[in-house]
Amino acid sequence: MTTALDEDRQWSAVAEPTRLRVLDRLLAGGEETATSLARELPVTRQATAKHLAVLERAGLVESRREGREVRFSVRPERLDAAAQSMAEVAAGWDRRLHAIKRMAEAAAREQANQTTTTRRKRR
Amino acid sequence: MIQDRIEREILIEAPPEVVWRTITEPDQIVSWFSEAAELDPRPGGAGELTWEPGGKATVDPEEPVTAALRVENVEPPHYFSFRWMHPAGAEPDPNNSVLVEFSLNPEGEKTRLRLVESGFRNLPGPEDETERTVDGHSAGWDNHLGRLRAYLSSKLTEPAPE
Repeated sequence: MTTALDEDRQWSAVAEPTRLRVLDRLLAGGEETATSLARELPVTRQATAKHLAVLERAGLVESRREGREVRFSVRPERLDAAAQSMAEVAAGWDRRLHAIKRMAEAAAREQANQTTTTRRKRR
Repeated sequence: MIQDRIEREILIEAPPEVVWRTITEPDQIVSWFSEAAELDPRPGGAGELTWEPGGKATVDPEEPVTAALRVENVEPPHYFSFRWMHPAGAEPDPNNSVLVEFSLNPEGEKTRLRLVESGFRNLPGPEDETERTVDGHSAGWDNHLGRLRAYLSSKLTEPAPE
């Protein structure tokens, strides 16, 4: 049973774009370290570690120590159904944007090649 | 507390004009979004996206799923927005739908594409108004989750490696 306070804390924990992306990565990739997450995100390892601390305080992720590494994973039972859905929506847009990127870049390359060919023909 | 917006961005090595066509032309939309697409890319124009079983949806629908959308603003090649997730048969407005915005900003030869989807918090609750008064938050949210689940079934699959 989660209380209203818990719920508020969970929402403020995920209502920040970078933390939402941290959650996305954890949902998609299982266990991660602050270092491995920082490689995927436009923030430093230190900033990532802070985001992870907020998520851990909200009870949304948990950590365990393995050797010198601290590995983080989501606690699916504590992840609010709504937060989980929002993380899924965000991950869905990531996939769409990557598809748009691949298509537009292929079209731009083709356009550039055609221009080169036309120029050669003109010579 | 319901999170209201999602913001995403990506840097694309193509000029805004090319990215614009990828986003707004139906014959390109069917390569990244849905299996079928109709779109009148003018303010107030109607659109319809359809996902087939075994298509681009991650959560594979058992039957074809169709989503209606309404174009809001069109400023080629910089800004494109539409509303969707409004109740079937209703006119979309800021209180019953979700707004999807694409912003395209040139960075040298490249384009920074920004996506904002907002208004999740505004989605209306169930038809039963009394239930809504008793427990507005959870009733509205349950209904919202139902619609969100339907919406999620339209997600793209992980693109195949090239």
